Amino acid sequence: MSPLKKLLEIGSSPHISSGASVDNIMFNVVLALLPVTIFAVYAFGTGAALVLAAAVLSCVLTEHVLCKFAVQPTTVGDWSVAITGLLYGLTLPPDLPLWMVFVGGAFGVGVGKFLFGGLGMNAFNPALVARAFLQAAFPQAMTHWQMPFTDDRFTHIPSSVLAMPFAEPVYDAATQATPLAQMKFEAVFAADAQLMYGLTTGSVGETCGVLILLGGIYLVARNMMNWRIPASIFLTVAVMTWIFQQIDPQTYPGPLFMLFSGGLMLGAVFMATDMVASPITHTGCWLYGLLIGVLVVVIRFWGGMPEGVMYAILLANAVSPHIDNLIQPRVFGTGRKSG
Amino acid sequence: MLDFVKKDSFPHGIHPPENKDDTSGLPIRQFPFAPVLIVPLSQHLGKPARPVVREGQEVVRGQTIAEADSFMSVAMHAPASGTIRRIGLAPHINGQMVEAVYLEPLPASTQEIADGEPCDVESATPDAIVTAIQRAGIVGLGGAAFPTHVKLRPPEGKTLDTLFINGVECEPYLTTDHRVMLEQTEDIFMGIRYLLKVTQTPRAVIAIEANKPDAAKKLAEAVPEDLPVEVRVSPVKYPQGAEKMVIKALLGREIPSGGLPADVGAVCCNVATTAEIGRLLPRGRGIQERVITITGPGVSKKGNYRIPIGTTVRFALEQCGAVEDISRVFMGGPMMGPSVSNLDIPITKGTSGITAFTAAETGGSTGHRKVYPCIGCARCVEACPLYLNPSQLGILAKFEQYEQMADDFHLMDCFECGSCSYVCPSHIPLVQYFRMSKKMVRKMRAAA
Repeated sequence: MSPLKKLLEIGSSPHISSGASVDNIMFNVVLALLPVTIFAVYAFGTGAALVLAAAVLSCVLTEHVLCKFAVQPTTVGDWSVAITGLLYGLTLPPDLPLWMVFVGGAFGVGVGKFLFGGLGMNAFNPALVARAFLQAAFPQAMTHWQMPFTDDRFTHIPSSVLAMPFAEPVYDAATQATPLAQMKFEAVFAADAQLMYGLTTGSVGETCGVLILLGGIYLVARNMMNWRIPASIFLTVAVMTWIFQQIDPQTYPGPLFMLFSGGLMLGAVFMATDMVASPITHTGCWLYGLLIGVLVVVIRFWGGMPEGVMYAILLANAVSPHIDNLIQPRVFGTGRKSG
Repeated sequence: MLDFVKKDSFPHGIHPPENKDDTSGLPIRQFPFAPVLIVPLSQHLGKPARPVVREGQEVVRGQTIAEADSFMSVAMHAPASGTIRRIGLAPHINGQMVEAVYLEPLPASTQEIADGEPCDVESATPDAIVTAIQRAGIVGLGGAAFPTHVKLRPPEGKTLDTLFINGVECEPYLTTDHRVMLEQTEDIFMGIRYLLKVTQTPRAVIAIEANKPDAAKKLAEAVPEDLPVEVRVSPVKYPQGAEKMVIKALLGREIPSGGLPADVGAVCCNVATTAEIGRLLPRGRGIQERVITITGPGVSKKGNYRIPIGTTVRFALEQCGAVEDISRVFMGGPMMGPSVSNLDIPITKGTSGITAFTAAETGGSTGHRKVYPCIGCARCVEACPLYLNPSQLGILAKFEQYEQMADDFHLMDCFECGSCSYVCPSHIPLVQYFRMSKKMVRKMRAAA
C-alpha cells in the first residue's frame, strides 16, 4: 500500500515544540530542594526526617484523595503537590507533632489549592497557606525550636513528634530561641557565617542559606525560575536594613543578618517565586519583590512577631493579580501602555 | 533569562532547531509536470483573478489564463502547455473550496515559455513597472502572498528611505530563499533595480541570517558598482523573517500597531519575489512556477525544486518518495505551516515548502501531549516578538472574551508566529486559540 493511501493526521501549527513541560519543571524544583532537604535531616536528625516525610505524604495524599472525590484524574503526577509538601515540611519546626503536620498539609492543599481550582488557579502559595494555618492553630508548637547538631539526633526521636492528636506535646530536646527572636527580644545578633552555613536553630530547611541559594542558581540557570523576584527581595531588604543600621546600630542588625536569618532565603528563592501566585511581567516581578522586602523588614523590626516572611509573601500573593492588571507589557509599535 | 539585545536582532523570539542542513546544499532542480495541474484563481490576498480561458481551450505555457480583477488582484499564467479541462472548485489549504482552473499538460509538447511584452528597467516609468509586476502575477513568495505591486508605491505624503530585501528565511527546514540567493544572484540585483525605481528609495538592504554565510558572501561580492545595496547579516532567531522583526532588527524602528512598513519609511520584499521580478519582467513573462523545499523526515528525496504552480501535494510527495510511516504534512515550515487536510490541494504562489513528518516528530506537537493549566511561567511573554501577553490572552480566549482580547490586549497584532505555543510548558495551543479568536473578532466587527 502506498504510504499516501493511509490516513494522515492534521494539527494546528507550530508542529514542533521546545519540549518543556510542567511536570519536568516541577520535578527540577524538587531536585533543587534536595540539598536543602538532605542538610535539614543532617542538622536536625530523625525529627526533621519524620516531619518532612509527613508533610510530603499529607499533601500528596490530600490531593490524590480530593481528585478521586471530585471524580477527575489524579494530578499528583505533575509533581507540583510534591513541591508544596516538601516546601511546607521545610518551613516547620523540626520537633512539630506529626499529627499537626498532617492537619496543616491537608488544609494547605485542600483549601489553599484544590478549592481554588487546583494547579494554576491557586491565588496563594499552598505551602504557606498550610503553615499560616498551623501558626494560627498551634502557636506554641510552631515556635518551639530544637537545637541543631545534637549528639543523639540520629538515634533519638523527639517525643513531641510522636505526640497523640490533641494531647499536649512533651518536649525532651534542648531548645534555643531563633536568631531572629534573639535579635528582637534580646538585641543579640548571631554571626553572619553561622547563619549562612545553617548552624543556628530554625525551621527544618530554612537555616542553610548557602544551599538554598545553590538550588536557586540551578533553577535560574535552567530558566525555571524568575531571578528578578529574589533579587528584588534581597535588594529591598538589604537597602532598607542598611539605612536603619546606619541610624541605630544597637537596635537594628546588618543586611547580611537579615538576608540569612529566618525564612527569608527559603521564602525569597522558593516560595515567592511560585509561578502561579507571582506576577507575569518583569516589572511586575520587581514590584512584587519590593513589596515582599518592605513587608519583611517592617514586620521584623516593628511587628509583634520576630519573623514576617510568610505573611509578607502571602500578602504579596494577594496583590499579585492586581500588579498584573496594572502592569502589562508594552506592546510592539505602541507607546507606553496605561492601564 | 537576561534578554540582552544582540546587535542587528530584535528582543524576545525563540531558537527552534533549524534542520536546514538536509537541503541547504542541494541545488534547485526542475520538477516534472503532474498529469493535471490545478491553478486556483485566488492564490493571493485580495480579489480573485478573472479567468480569460474557457473549458477545452488549448493554452501555451506562460500564457495569461486569468487577469487581475482590480488593483488588489494579480494575473495567473498557464504553468504548462496543455488543455483547460475544467473551471470549477478545488480544495484550498484554508479548508474552503475555491474557484480554480484545471489544466492537463500535453505530454509531448516542447514546453517552451511564451514571452510577453517586456518591461525595460531603464525606460519604464514607475507606474509601468507596477502594472508589469501585477501582470506578471507576482505576490509575496515568502508565504503571505500579498500582491507585490500594491505595496511598492510610497503612500501619499510619505517618503521611503529603505528597501528591505528579505532573505532571512527563519522558518526551520526551509531553504528556498537560501538557494535562490545562491543561484539567482543576478536576478535578485535586476529585481532590486526595478524595485528601487518604483519605491524611489535611496538604498536597499538585503537581510540575511548568520546561518547562510555562503549566500551573504556571494551577494556581497556580486553587488553591482552602481547599486546602493548593503548586505546585513543578523544572528539567527525566530521569527526574524517577519516584516516587523526584520525592520526592528536592522533599523531599530517599530512599525506602529496596525500600521504598515511605510509608516517607518521602509518597504519589504521577499528575496525570492525580488528574484522573480528580475527574472520575469525583462521578458514580460508571468509566474508559472516557483522554488519550494520539499523536506522533512517523511520524504526520502528531499530537495529544492522549481515546481509548476498547481502541482498537487499528492504528486509532489509521490515524486519525492513519501516514507512508510509518514504521518503529518504541512505547507511551509513547522512553525507557521498549515497542515494539509487533503492531498489534492495544489501548490500555489505562497507555498514556500512542503514538510512531511513521521510519527516520531509529531509526538511532540499539539494533540499528542497532555495539556496542563497555565502556571504563569511567563515563557510566552518572554518569547512573543510583539510583547503581547499570550498567557492572559489564552485565559481570555478560554472564556470567550474576544472583545477584551482585541481591545485591551492587542490580539489583532498577533501574526501567529507560534513562538508562544512552542515554548509553553503546559502545552496550551495558544496560537490555535488566537487564530480562532481573531476570526471571531472579525466576524463580530463585520456584524456590528
